[in-house]
Amino acid sequence: MTAVQTATDTILEVNDLKTYIFTRAATVKAVDGISFNLRKGETLGIVGESGCGKTMTALSLLRLVPKPAGRIVEGEIVLNGEDILQKSEDEMRDVRGRQISMILQDPQTSLNPVFTIGNQLREALGIAHRENKSSMLSRAVDALRKVNVAAPERRLDDYPHQMSGGMKQRVVGAIAMSCEPGVIIADEPTTALDVTIQLQYLRLLKEIQAETGLAIIFITHDFGVVARMCDRVAVMYAGRIIEQGDVRDIFSRPAHPYTQALINSVPKLEQSVDRLYSIDGQPPLLSNLPEGCRFAPRCPYVSDQCYEAYPSSYQLDEGHHADCWALDANWQGTPIEEFVPPTGTAG
Amino acid sequence: MAAVTTSPEVTGVDTQQRAGRVAKVVRAIRELPLIPLVVLIFLLVIPAIFANQLAPHNQRIGVLDDAKLPPFWVSESFESRTVVQRADKDRLDVEIGLTNAQRKVERGEATILSGGEDGTVDPGDTLRFQANKGGSMEYPLGTDKQGRDILSRIMHGARISLMVSSLAILLGGGLGTLLGMMAAYRGGKTDAIIMRIVDIKLAFPSILLALVLVAAIGAGFTTVIVVIAVLLWARYARVVRGEALAIKQQDFIDRARVSGASNARIMMRHIFPNLVNTVVVLATLEVGHVIILESTLSFLGAGIPAPTPAWGVMVADGRDLITTAWWIFLFPCLAIVLTVLSMNLLGDWLRDKLDPKLRNV
Amino acid sequence: MAVATNNDALLEVRNLKKYFPVTKGLVLMKTIGYVQAVDGISFSIKQGETVGLVGESGCGKTTTSKLLLRLENPTEGDILLEGRDINTFRGAELQDYRTTVQAVFQDPWSSLSPRMRVRDIVSEPLVVNRNVTTQEKNERVAEVLQQVGLHAQQATNYPHEFSGGQRQRIAVASALVSYPKLIVLDEPVSALDVSIRAQVMNLLKDLQEQYNVSYLLIAHNLATVRYMAHETAVMYLGQIVEYAETEELYNNALHPYTRALFSAALPSHPDLIREDIVLQGEVPSPINPPSGCRFHPRCPFAMPQCSEEAPVEKEVSPGHRVSCHLY
Repeated sequence: MTAVQTATDTILEVNDLKTYIFTRAATVKAVDGISFNLRKGETLGIVGESGCGKTMTALSLLRLVPKPAGRIVEGEIVLNGEDILQKSEDEMRDVRGRQISMILQDPQTSLNPVFTIGNQLREALGIAHRENKSSMLSRAVDALRKVNVAAPERRLDDYPHQMSGGMKQRVVGAIAMSCEPGVIIADEPTTALDVTIQLQYLRLLKEIQAETGLAIIFITHDFGVVARMCDRVAVMYAGRIIEQGDVRDIFSRPAHPYTQALINSVPKLEQSVDRLYSIDGQPPLLSNLPEGCRFAPRCPYVSDQCYEAYPSSYQLDEGHHADCWALDANWQGTPIEEFVPPTGTAG
Repeated sequence: MAAVTTSPEVTGVDTQQRAGRVAKVVRAIRELPLIPLVVLIFLLVIPAIFANQLAPHNQRIGVLDDAKLPPFWVSESFESRTVVQRADKDRLDVEIGLTNAQRKVERGEATILSGGEDGTVDPGDTLRFQANKGGSMEYPLGTDKQGRDILSRIMHGARISLMVSSLAILLGGGLGTLLGMMAAYRGGKTDAIIMRIVDIKLAFPSILLALVLVAAIGAGFTTVIVVIAVLLWARYARVVRGEALAIKQQDFIDRARVSGASNARIMMRHIFPNLVNTVVVLATLEVGHVIILESTLSFLGAGIPAPTPAWGVMVADGRDLITTAWWIFLFPCLAIVLTVLSMNLLGDWLRDKLDPKLRNV
Repeated sequence: MAVATNNDALLEVRNLKKYFPVTKGLVLMKTIGYVQAVDGISFSIKQGETVGLVGESGCGKTTTSKLLLRLENPTEGDILLEGRDINTFRGAELQDYRTTVQAVFQDPWSSLSPRMRVRDIVSEPLVVNRNVTTQEKNERVAEVLQQVGLHAQQATNYPHEFSGGQRQRIAVASALVSYPKLIVLDEPVSALDVSIRAQVMNLLKDLQEQYNVSYLLIAHNLATVRYMAHETAVMYLGQIVEYAETEELYNNALHPYTRALFSAALPSHPDLIREDIVLQGEVPSPINPPSGCRFHPRCPFAMPQCSEEAPVEKEVSPGHRVSCHLY
């Protein structure tokens, strides 16, 4: 596309990243040429359905793609000005946790049940700061206090099973943030939580972000989480980012038929809908992708051109672009209908 | 906004499905664990089925003159000794008594190397005679001390092993599966009682328990099967119960209950079919265990009574001749080791294929 | 027993309670307390309509569905189907009930027997309760499969050959096969992918329109309930705190907990974020629920009387009931 200007506040830049998984039966193109960048203090949402490659994107950013089947075959991941794909495994260990970290979906399984949370926090801290015991203790207490755990001194001796799901997820967050990374990847961190607890957690993340200038990549299937949390959105479908842009642009003027369909197929809290739009069929398998545009078999606007080649990217607003042939000036098929954003009825 | 009605979702065209199926079969064959399968087929299955046609000799009656013949690749060996009036007991490796020497020459078993010009054996002559008989293709793996062909006995032994293990596993596994399923499904008291019996059973040392049982019932083919089944069922019950408990938690059991299915129907139609993989994997893994148990019992004299050629009995027969006629001992041992090893490899493979949850059994 | 009730209600739940004993010790099993999973709830479902039950985990919505399906027996209270108490049903009456009330569960991966063919899964409610010939069975299966948007030929396949959305369609087909009057939908779409959810929700709505079947919808997602339900009950710690027609409830929520739930629900547009009430803390244990109003420890409007006496349910406008001292 265009030469991406590397502004000084860009912390992470991903260029044409491809991560494939090689199995005996087929090559799974889990991530197939995605590019995006992330600025300090910004929240980027990566939205997509299961099997669209969003989790593999997250693992690629940490260089934790499952070996030996999975491999990053192409691209650049520039974190703090350095391409981490050029680093050795030893150097990566310094990058993980300190520059980029991750919060996983299920708090039940991301803590080790046989160690106290103080123990697990100190382990994470100990890797970053080689210090004496007492200062480590106060650091652990600070880390818990930062994620709003009440009475952190007493909580240090608790085992994970003694805590509720929401509390555990905060501890996971505390561990992820213990080494003050610049980027955190949150992979569906609230799907296992109840709604009122989810809100507490999302607000907490926002507060920490405002204080520390943390950049967050939010991986989710839920447009509600995106609307609540993100500054920018990248919509993934079958291994590609098919549309990305500012969150308000995406929600008010989605350009790609898939984005439109996805937003329209979610029931609205604020508005009663007579009938939801529904997309026919299912996403393609990443091991057996169709030629041309990957959404073409399900797309209501499809024409012959869509099956011939993967569409180019079209700029719509500042920083908002989408991959769809229907956005081309010479498009012969049915034009994409005007999108009507939802309106709030309750006040 | 266009309202699209739910339209049928097609899973694929027939031809496509068929092509997929062929590819699947090809891939399945390519993934088979070939070495263990080949070993098992040639060592266990074919001999067990065709022992009567394949075995070159009678497995029970031997030819005493052919006793302790070595395997075919061992050739006969000779030694030379000096003839003396009366051989010194400590120098038997170099000397031979006169009377003994004369008898050997008369029978044509020995030739005189030097000093025998006069045609008689005298002290001071050097005698050369056969020390050990050589093997031949007549008895490819040699014979035991009663002159029975070891190869034939191993073939018939395979039949015993296969029969004992399949019957014992069928009996013990069936009982264990049933009890484990009952315990899981009924829960409460039934569960507590069955599982305590399992605990008690598992607390006994199995060989001791087996010996006591054999002593009580009396040795025999049926006894061995019953005893091994008694040793086996508890493990089945425990594994099956754990598995069935997990299945019971699944929504489809609730769905069946909402539909009004009876307990018997839920157990047979919903729970049991989902246990089959576990049971099969466990059975395969247990075959090796059972063969060892059966051999151990036979070795201890509490198993299949002689002259039935059970592998354990053969090992026991050969153990006192291990220094002179090692083949009597070695070949049945090898048969046991190879079979059990292959069975375990096959079981591991099956487990990975069918039921990865069983990894720690 | 059979008390006359309002005639248009298909199913009526009256003062339903379910306590699970909490026991201690291996042998003597001494009861040390009760989990008050459901504690005196009442509502009714009209023929052809949907009642939504919303609440966080542990609020008793799943136990309620199990009581309705007779997977559990109530500690107290009645469930009346067309005026008759379902817990007295035995034999033929029970078989009738089993065909009249069916269920669709949350997880389509665990709700279909993996070793049974689709035909046998779908036809089970018929086979178990009625004498049907193989031909009748196969015809009915083909019919319902088409109704849910699958092919009749797919009856011979096994569940693993289908995607999540298709599996949920099979579950719906099975629930439909015996011509039920009520289907309990326990989180029917939350395990599905976003683009598949709308397919299944639309299917359920279409089927309701065509066959006039009633639904009890158990869900935690408020937007799903708004789309599907005619009436909505909000549950907190085993009790219904607010009950109203869906439109009324979503436009005029009264109970502080309901308002907190709406505040916590995720917006459908970044400009529609509204945080009226943000709750602190977590749901207390249902073993020893708080005295008085169960919501008072987390309620921003708590008054002294809230911790002392339990609020009485009031009808603030026709059909809109709320249990709160504020009203």
